[in-house]
Amino acid sequence: MSKHQLDPNKWIDRYSDYLYNFTITRVNDREIAKDLVQDTFFASLKSMKNFKGEASERTWLISILKRKIIDHYRKINSKKGKAEVRMDFKSDDDIEGNWLEERVADAQYQTAEDKIINQELGDAIFGCLDKLSKKQATVFRMKTIEKLETETICNELNITSSNLWVIIHRARIAMAECMEKNWF
Amino acid sequence: MKNKSFLFISCDEAKLICDKAQYNEATSWEKLKLNLRYLWCHVTQAYVSKNKKLTKSINSSKIECLKNSEKKELKEVFHEELEKQHH
Repeated sequence: MSKHQLDPNKWIDRYSDYLYNFTITRVNDREIAKDLVQDTFFASLKSMKNFKGEASERTWLISILKRKIIDHYRKINSKKGKAEVRMDFKSDDDIEGNWLEERVADAQYQTAEDKIINQELGDAIFGCLDKLSKKQATVFRMKTIEKLETETICNELNITSSNLWVIIHRARIAMAECMEKNWF
Repeated sequence: MKNKSFLFISCDEAKLICDKAQYNEATSWEKLKLNLRYLWCHVTQAYVSKNKKLTKSINSSKIECLKNSEKKELKEVFHEELEKQHH
């Protein structure tokens, strides 16, 4: 069986969005997520000699990122001296119903199952995005995930609006086919 | 003939309008033309269905990504680090 190889020159293009999405769902803070992704890439660079080639490059990077996220929470918790518990009560005047049990089924919270499905769906989307050409992936990502205006994208990438829609069209066909195979 | 093309569009035009509609960038007039073609064209029907499914999946996943500027910045610092390692 052929062993996996590492190619750090392509890490940012290929995995930064995937790692970022993985992190933001766990830390809920853009700046912290960005720092953790950067730390992960740096740590991975230093640990390259330990890579045995048994896991894929992405799996290996995720395993390092997971450790970084755990370290991040350990650091926060050691500063506070206790575990962080996120609570989001609807109102302060709701004294009678102020029981945690009543909040469990609150619709605004995702269930663990929802989170797993979303994570898997996210994995499938990023996996398909990775198969597009660099230009298609960039335009599709900016328009569909970042939800940027057509004009903004055209100005940033120096393309016409017609070019953009042709690229989007090809990207959407490829994405739909890939998602059909891997998710639907 | 002129009147016909005024209201009836090609399959490719219908696909383009459908793409724009996924981002709320199709006008009402374009949507009307798309709907007309949708009534009888199986290719358009299949495309609209796949396209809507893709949009629904992406929206429900709530995925996020780095901005281009953030990615560029990350690339710069990472490549500096990579260079250091080579030396």
